[in-house]
This record gives sequence, structure tokens and C-alpha cells, in this order.
Amino acid sequence: MEAVIKTEHLTKKFGTFVACSDLTFEVQKGEIFGFLGANGAGKTTAMRMLCGLSLPSSGQATIAGFDVYKQTEQIKKNIGYMSQKFSLYEDLTVAENIRFYAGIYGLSIRDIKDKTAELLDKLGMQAEAKKLVGQLPLGWKQKLAFSVSLAHSPKIVFLDEPTGGVDPVTRRQFWDLIYYAADAGVTVFVTTHYMDEAEYCNRVSIMVDGVIEALDSPKNLKQQYEAKTMEDVFYKLARKAKRAEI
Amino acid sequence: MKKHKYQFSIFNSQLITFIKKEFKHVFRDKKTLLMLFGMPTAQIILFGFALTNEIKDSKVGVLDFSKDIVSRQIIEKIDESNYFNVAEDLKSIKDVDAAFKQNKIRAAVVFPPGFADELLHGGHSQIQLIADASDPNAATSITNYLSNIITEYQSQQTTVAAAPMQIMAEVHMLYNPELKGAPNFVPGVIALVLMLVCTMMSSVSIVKEKELGTMEILLVSPFKPIYIIISKLMPFLIISLFNLAIILVLSVTLLDLEIKGNIFLLFFASMLFIITSLAIGLLISTTAKTQQNAMMISLMGMMLPTMLLTGFMFPIENMPIVLRGLSNIVPSRWFFIIIKNVMLKGLGIASIWKELLILTAMCVGLLTLSIKKFKIRLQE
Repeated sequence: MEAVIKTEHLTKKFGTFVACSDLTFEVQKGEIFGFLGANGAGKTTAMRMLCGLSLPSSGQATIAGFDVYKQTEQIKKNIGYMSQKFSLYEDLTVAENIRFYAGIYGLSIRDIKDKTAELLDKLGMQAEAKKLVGQLPLGWKQKLAFSVSLAHSPKIVFLDEPTGGVDPVTRRQFWDLIYYAADAGVTVFVTTHYMDEAEYCNRVSIMVDGVIEALDSPKNLKQQYEAKTMEDVFYKLARKAKRAEI
Repeated sequence: MKKHKYQFSIFNSQLITFIKKEFKHVFRDKKTLLMLFGMPTAQIILFGFALTNEIKDSKVGVLDFSKDIVSRQIIEKIDESNYFNVAEDLKSIKDVDAAFKQNKIRAAVVFPPGFADELLHGGHSQIQLIADASDPNAATSITNYLSNIITEYQSQQTTVAAAPMQIMAEVHMLYNPELKGAPNFVPGVIALVLMLVCTMMSSVSIVKEKELGTMEILLVSPFKPIYIIISKLMPFLIISLFNLAIILVLSVTLLDLEIKGNIFLLFFASMLFIITSLAIGLLISTTAKTQQNAMMISLMGMMLPTMLLTGFMFPIENMPIVLRGLSNIVPSRWFFIIIKNVMLKGLGIASIWKELLILTAMCVGLLTLSIKKFKIRLQE
């Protein structure tokens, strides 16, 4: 097994406030890693450090083999990102959105063309290629956004609450796409508020007050905390939180 | 070395991809488009027609009780001018009234009996000018132009004749017959349009990406923040230069305005002003949270000072000292002086180097500050 995300004692402080403290974990290639925590637990800060958007205060981390302090440019080339806002341009067509995102990652014109065709084919959206994204239903937008975040063939994809505000059926379909990507060797790092989704992950970490309180497969966690569902596990841990919601 | 070259070409194609996208945003939003290109055209055309057509070829009636050589010469002068046509030869005061009511004339000139006699022997005489004051602005302009023609005639006579002659016109003296309003107005429109387009449009377009969440995606990509800034601002730079060209062409063709100075100097100064305005837009985008917010700050913070403190609506010399001081930090104030000097007076760089220097300093300062702030905001 090959660790594509590796952190040691990763810490981020804002003044005296410790947003993330002593994070040490590894994520393997092709793994679906659930990153859970209540609001204000430090998930977003941790994710920003891993994406090369914010420098850690102390500790070490490598993403796809690149150092978060010195090689943020390399990291950015090797990761994909999607947030709950779906992040597509509504006044551009489906094909234009794909071409744009592939374009700013520096893909060649030929690669962009191939990739666009491939993605449209995979999503079954050839007929919608020339439609404005604003006219698509939410579920489609979300699937398109996910596919676009994979357009430059990243090693890791970070999903920040990707299924927020989407109906259960579409969420299930979305997870099929995640599995499909993981099968192809892409590492998926996902935050979510839905505990049923936590069950779909290979491994899950739960952050409380800036610290990783638990990290294991959903099955082991349920055993360890003598809980029936991940919801119960989460509740038992999150209850300990002292920090007020930020 | 080879690798470096490869990277550079990639950056270029990435940049082009991004700039293309920005143009699509502009051209697909009909409201933006209308505002971008409609505003300057509408303003110039409105003011052009308002200021030139109302006086051009105005019909004038003449009631000449004197019928002497001087009155005939003055009538000829009036008829020769671009502004008037002598349309009616009136016989009595009643005719004057009727001609006004039937809209046959916009003004009447009345010579009293024995006009030339009085002038030559008594040394002074009177002409009555009557104008339709239902449109007071037009009436003022018309009477001003008429009296100006009379004054001109008089000054021509005094150089020839030995005895000083005086014709008293019953209206104020001298008005610039060259349509002073329009030339003053055009530099103002240029400053206003460039400022508005650059500051408002650019700040709104950047804040829009923040609101949509697409900014996050851009930041996670290897696309550098400075390239984001360049690509976001580039369309407005190009569109503004295009707008400037439209305004200049319309001014020349519609307003008969002559661009007296160096056109390259004009465009160079405008470019400086455009970049300054874009930097302000960028600065606004770093503080504004919503698009409406950005628009409000741009309108209140930029458009008002441009209109009030630039000097094209209200003369700065007459302002209280606080406002006069405040006007110094408004970039359009300096730009307005530059354009006026170059475009209308035909002056060269020697006369505007001070203003250019101030504008350059503002441009560099604002640009540095806004880029720094933009990057800091991203880091947090």
C-alpha cells in the first residue's frame, strides 16, 4: 500500500487559538477517507492545509509525495477539489465548463478535447453539452462538478460536503461516482454531515475541538464505541466538544 | 531552459482560456452588455443633440421699422450664421406675436424706427431681442448668440469708423459661440464611463466568483492568483479602450468636436486611468461580500466623487476647502485635467506631466495595495 496523504503532528494556530492540533494520519491510494466533525471542529482548516491553501504552524505533511510547505504548486497540480457549492459557471455551457477547468490546469488542446468527450460520454450528457449549466437540475450539476474536478486526472480529490442539500436518491448516485473514481485509483478525501454516508467510507476520522478523536473503519468504530450506527458513534464523540460553534 | 519555455507557453494558454471565459461572461449577460456599450453612446448622443441641435438653424423673425443700411447688415449677419435662419419678415408687433404662437420662429429681432440715424448721430441705439422662453435654456442661448453676433458686427464697425458707435443689446454680453458645454462635457463623460465600467464591473465580477464558490476552485488549481487578477481585469481594460474610441468618434462626428492633441497621449493617459480604476475595483472586491455590496460601494464611493469632485459639473475653485482637499485624492480629477488639456486645448506632455505623475503614483500605489490585499485574503 502507498500512502498519498501523510501528516505528522500537523498543527494550525490562529494567534492563541489552536484550530487543528497534532493531526497524524495516513490515507492510502484508492481509499475513500471520511473526514467528519461538527461545525467548528477544524475540518475546513485541516483541508485547506492539505490543499496547499494555508501553511501549517507546525508539523509535517506530504500530499501525493509533495511537501505542504515547499511544494504547494506541485500539490495543486495533483489534487482535485469540489465544494458543496458545486462551483460551476451557470452562464457557461456544460462543455465550456469542462474545457475551462481542464484549460486552467494546463491540459493541451487535444487532451481537453478528448477529456470533454470522455466526460460527457461517462455522464451520459452528450445531448446537454451545449446547454447552459444554469438550466440543469441540481443532481446533474453536482455530478458534473465532481467529474470536472477529476478532469486533470488528479491523484487525490478533496470533496467538501459534496452532497449538501441534495435528495437521498441523487446522493446515492453520487456515491456511485465516488466508488467508480476510487476503483480507478483516485484517493477520495470527503467531509460530510450525513452519517449514512460515513458508512460508505473505507475509513473515517472524527475530529473534536481540533483533535482527531477516532480513526478507523466504520465497522471497527461501531464496535469500539458499542454503537449500532455511525450516527451514535459520532454523537458519543461530538458530545465531548467544549468549543462553541464558530 | 527548455523546460522553462514549455512552462511559459502553458501559462499563456491557461491565461487565454481564462480570459476567453471572462469575455463569455460579459457577452452573455445582456444587462451588462447594454450598460457597457449603451451608456457611453446614450450619454454622448443625448448631450450631443441637446446641445447642438436646439440652436442650429433656429428660425428668426425680423421686425425692421428702420430699414436702413445698418439694420440690413445686421440681419444679413444673423442669417449667415450657422445658428439662425431669418425666416419671417414681420410687419408689426402683432405679427411677432402670431409668428411665435404658430411656432414659425424661436426668436424675433426688432429694430426701432430711425435705428441707423440714432446710432450714427446719437452714438448709441437699441435693438430688441425677443425669445420664446417656454424653453428657458434655449431662449438664453439664442439671445446670447444673437447679441454676440450684434456685438461682433459692432466691433468690426468701430475699427473702420472714426466715431465710436454703440449699439446696446438688451441682453448680457458675450457668450462663447463655440458651444462651450459640449467640450467640457465630453472629458467628463469619458472619466465617468471609464471609472464606472472599470470599478463597478470588475469588482462585481470578482465578488461573483466568491459568491458562487468558483473562486475556491480557482485557488485550489495551480492557476496563480496574479493570473486570476489579470484575466478578471483584462476584458474590462479592452472594453474600456473600445468605449473610449466610441466616445471619441461620436464626439467628432456628432458634436463636431475636434481632437486637438496627440491621440496616443490621450490613450496612454486613459490606459493609466483605466488601470487605476481597475485597481480600485479589485480593492473593493476584497472587502465586499456580495455583488450588491460591491455595486453600492462602487456607485457611492466612486461615481459620486467622480461627478462632484472632478470639476466637470461644479468648479472645484468654488468649493469649501475641505472638499477642495478631498478632490485631490480623486483620480478622475487629474484625469479630467489631462483629457481637457490634450483633447480640447491640444497641449502636449509638457503641460500635463504633473497630472500624469500624480495619476501614475496613484495607479502604482492602488495596484500594489489591491494585489497585496487580494493575496492576503486568499491566504487566511
